[in-house]
Amino acid sequence: MSATERLRALLEQAFPDAEQLEVHDRTGGGDHFQVVVAAPRLRGLPLLEQHRLVNQALAEPLADGTIHELRIKTRGTT
Amino acid sequence: MSELRERIQQVIESEDVAIFMKGTPQFVMCGNSHRALDALRSVGAPVTAVDVLPHPEIRQELSALSGWPTIPQVFVRGELIGGADIVEELNETGELAEKLRESLGAEYSTGEERVVDVLAAAP
Repeated sequence: MSATERLRALLEQAFPDAEQLEVHDRTGGGDHFQVVVAAPRLRGLPLLEQHRLVNQALAEPLADGTIHELRIKTRGTT
Repeated sequence: MSELRERIQQVIESEDVAIFMKGTPQFVMCGNSHRALDALRSVGAPVTAVDVLPHPEIRQELSALSGWPTIPQVFVRGELIGGADIVEELNETGELAEKLRESLGAEYSTGEERVVDVLAAAP
């Protein structure tokens, strides 16, 4: 499983009803990622808490060095 | 609590705006640190920077304190504001300047930048 697929699987697990869920390998090197998550679970939360939930979902690849750089874009949906 | 962690906590709590980054404002070593710094500069924030690169423990202790896994991390008067994406987004909506005015007062915009070495022995 590629790093991109692994990140996507983790995010899908954390946000099963996401309206939008994207994982971009920004450099093609499998370690600089941009993720976009739009999900009901994020609705009404401050930006900090929205990003915290994404970071939590990706805790493992963040800790083991898979993710060298992460950009996050989040949005709450109804 | 380790001495290093205490020093990091002291920076977080005592500085108006603290950024933990890769490199220094004069020599930024990472794109995300650059984006966060740019956002802070664009609103003239007084910035106290800590370079996390000299020792891996700085980053470990910081994340243990803040509960935030990535670098950079921006704090205003002890409160975690977020990383590069959040600071950039708050800047775009005008909320960053608003937050600084709220926390530091209307005259916050000195644009002063300094670097603190948390590994150095306390004075």
